[in-house]
Amino acid sequence: MVTTSATAPLTPVLADDVAAYLKRRSRWSPLEVVFWIFAFASIWLFPDKYLILKDTAILALFALSLDLILGYAGIISLGQAAFFGIAGYFSGLVAKYGLINEPVIALVCSGVVAAALGFVTSFLVLRGSDLTRLMVTLGVSLMLGEVANRYASITGGADGLQGVDIAPVLGRWSFDLYGHNGYVYCLIVLFVCFVIARRIVYSPFGLSLRSLKGNALRAAAIGIPVKWRLVAIYTVSAGFAGIAGALLTQTTAFCSLDVFSLERSADLLLVLIIGGTGYLYGGLIGAVIYKFLQDWIATLTPQYWQFWIGLVLVVIVLVGRERVEGWIAAARGSVARLGDRLWTRIRPRSAALGGAADGD
Amino acid sequence: MLTILFDGVAYGMLLFVLACGLSVTLGLMNFINLAHGAFAMAGGYCTVILVNRLGVPFVLGVPIAFLVTALLGGLFERTLYVHVYARSHLDQVLFTIGLVFMSVAAVDYTMGSSQRFVQIPDALQGQFDVFGIGMGKYRLLIIVICGLLTIALQLILAKTRFGSRLRAAVDDQRVARGLGINVGAVFGITFAVGSGLAGLGGALGAEILGLDPTFPLRYMIYFLIVVTVGGTSSIVGPFLASILLGIGDVAGKYYVPTLGAFVIYAIMIVVLIWRPQGLFARSTAR
Amino acid sequence: MPILETIGLEKRFGGILAAANVNLSVKKGARHALIGPNGAGKTTVINLLTGVLRPTAGRIMLEGRDITDAAPHERVRLGMARTFQINQLFLDLTPLESIGLVVSERLGTGADWWRVVGSKPAVTDEIVEVVERFRLTDVMHERTAILPYGKQRLLEIALAFACRPRVLLLDEPAAGVPEAERHELLATIEALPAEVTVLLIEHDMDLVFSFADRISVLVNGALFVDGAPEDVARDPRVKAVYLGEELDA
Ligand SMILES: Nc1ncnc2c1ncn2[C@@H]1O[C@H](COP(=O)(O)OP(=O)(O)O)[C@@H](O)[C@H]1O
Ligand SMILES: [Mg+2]
Repeated sequence: MVTTSATAPLTPVLADDVAAYLKRRSRWSPLEVVFWIFAFASIWLFPDKYLILKDTAILALFALSLDLILGYAGIISLGQAAFFGIAGYFSGLVAKYGLINEPVIALVCSGVVAAALGFVTSFLVLRGSDLTRLMVTLGVSLMLGEVANRYASITGGADGLQGVDIAPVLGRWSFDLYGHNGYVYCLIVLFVCFVIARRIVYSPFGLSLRSLKGNALRAAAIGIPVKWRLVAIYTVSAGFAGIAGALLTQTTAFCSLDVFSLERSADLLLVLIIGGTGYLYGGLIGAVIYKFLQDWIATLTPQYWQFWIGLVLVVIVLVGRERVEGWIAAARGSVARLGDRLWTRIRPRSAALGGAADGD
Repeated sequence: MLTILFDGVAYGMLLFVLACGLSVTLGLMNFINLAHGAFAMAGGYCTVILVNRLGVPFVLGVPIAFLVTALLGGLFERTLYVHVYARSHLDQVLFTIGLVFMSVAAVDYTMGSSQRFVQIPDALQGQFDVFGIGMGKYRLLIIVICGLLTIALQLILAKTRFGSRLRAAVDDQRVARGLGINVGAVFGITFAVGSGLAGLGGALGAEILGLDPTFPLRYMIYFLIVVTVGGTSSIVGPFLASILLGIGDVAGKYYVPTLGAFVIYAIMIVVLIWRPQGLFARSTAR
Repeated sequence: MPILETIGLEKRFGGILAAANVNLSVKKGARHALIGPNGAGKTTVINLLTGVLRPTAGRIMLEGRDITDAAPHERVRLGMARTFQINQLFLDLTPLESIGLVVSERLGTGADWWRVVGSKPAVTDEIVEVVERFRLTDVMHERTAILPYGKQRLLEIALAFACRPRVLLLDEPAAGVPEAERHELLATIEALPAEVTVLLIEHDMDLVFSFADRISVLVNGALFVDGAPEDVARDPRVKAVYLGEELDA
């Protein structure tokens, strides 16, 4: 198992210690549990807000996909919309032409299509400098937008893809007018994807991503195949972005060219920056804040929403992203401490639950 | 056929004047300025206001547009951009794209969202017919002006004291500082002139490129193509890249209209993969 | 057969010839020192050996296998690891996580994406061993960025060691370590297992002569003298190079 060392005998206590310490990060914290309880409670709490909640869930998933590459692997992308868009059109087309009727299967297939595109383009993106990456990611999504525009006979061109008819989910729940089922569907998909992303970032693979983001030179020098790790996470991220795009098409029964737009990718960066990168919840929290702001500003000056987005971006950068993220982290920390205190009080009763959430 | 070539060259020249400032800022400070097109738009609208509303003659309006955008650029550089130079590329992208969004919305608010045209003097309208090639007078004027500008730029860079300082700073900032060159000032001036040139391009090109509030977004990718494909080590690279892009875009839209801008993006990606430092970069570029 | 060998290795940076026709041969189990004045090309040779740089000419053989075109991470898997002259650490990770990363990678679980870090006993046991060997137990939970320099230097070596290399390349491991922390570092270098072949770059001649059983001297990118420590110490040309350097300084 281990070559015996001359310097010190193994101390089993320490080994257990190490294992516990390494696993510690991956444990579900009370705060996270509260977050998700609240997220699901929103189904009953805000019955008149299903549409905006649904959009928020989709945006959150989309932002989560960007966080996987930006926050965990340090890849700047202005082309995440390419994956969102291709899966959006794919899911719309398969539903329209009756190729795959069941939404969940169609959703998974859309994710796979987007992931495949991510895999292929990853080889283009992973070369060169930040600027080259920006250009290539942006170029790919613009190219797809052009293609969708040109093949109007299939995609509907500038009018968008119409006549999409989405079958009930699992043959039971149809998308109702109030958006109740649509929201629940999106929320469940978001949660499942989140759990997968969470497993990934706390795995050895996720640790290797963090390492190569910090120092790619050293990562290669300890035997990590840097390029393949980046290809892998880029592919996964593309898949998640695709699932978000497919959700949008399925819940609106419509898909238009703006799924590929630069604005979509740029807004996404803003969402993630508002929430903070590299801890998975950034995209989710950012999406909630963004949608809330959008809703609020829309009541004031609907047309000039873009101006305020721009202003927020400029101010965040001038104030310093690190500082803003520091505030977020501090806020998180104090809420977490509060949560921990509450938790220790109710701990005895919930020990069984906590143990179950630890995972293997 | 030759008419397309001619139009393409005019378009390419215009792109070069629009983008050359960006190329220098990118090469000099390794700064990604996605908001470059906003200055071009400012020049365009400035001319629209001057010529159409205030009745300033076109020949005067265009140079004024240059000055106004140069001042604007200098102002933004001193007050805002200086804080972002040392930041990460991600911060630069966020910051400048924020500026783009703000400029788009602000222009939409003040000038309306419809497309605007500059009133061009009658003398510049119509075509010459030389050996069967139809040459628009206005396009010919653009080629002449942009050509002269390019030569002037090349001379300034190659012959003047400022040019040699600028080149030194582009080559190696630390060494340039060591030689007592005030890199900050060099950059400020360059940024202002670059913005001014963008404004000039916007003023001249409003007719050809179409001027509306989304201008900075629509042309952002074109400017970026010019600088990434051309490389940032000299202005010859971006110049050639602009001409190629201009001809390619005009010819592409003429011969294979169904593909639209697809061809351009595809070529750009291929070039960037083949030569990430740019098509015309020196092989030892950093 | 030498475990590591270079044949006519050459590296040009524009006009500079940083490595010129280097024929280096390292025996299995050797304690081999590579010395030379600053800018001689020592780090460049290490970079060539490990694949950080591509040679402009020449070949590199590891245990008789040509690795000239292998990617850096493949060379690690083939049994060669290195440290860096300037620390290259994962500043946001703790020493435990950093070492855990290396061990997982070596045991082939590095691409595991469904298992939680630390859930394999084989991995944790080996982490413990490395942490203790390099005396990092007391700081193993700290962020690497805030460790004292001496500990960072130890971690630098620990990461390379955790790859379980058969050939370990150390690029000035003691450089910049304050006197107080130096002893600990040198002790761990002395205690490296005998079966690991070590190629050491070092300026401290006391350390070199106490540690090495063979010394190569590199000057201006070319191998200048190559032999047993006694011979190198006596060689007038080596004295001239080093004295010359000291006069310049
Ligand atoms: N990446 C590089 N680009 C250009 N020149 C380099 C590079 N790396 C090293 N050099 C040059 O190669 C020579 C040898 O450097 P190096 O190998 O670091 O020397 P040493 O480690 O022996 O002090 C020096 O002249 C140095 O300037
Ligand atoms: Mg060195």
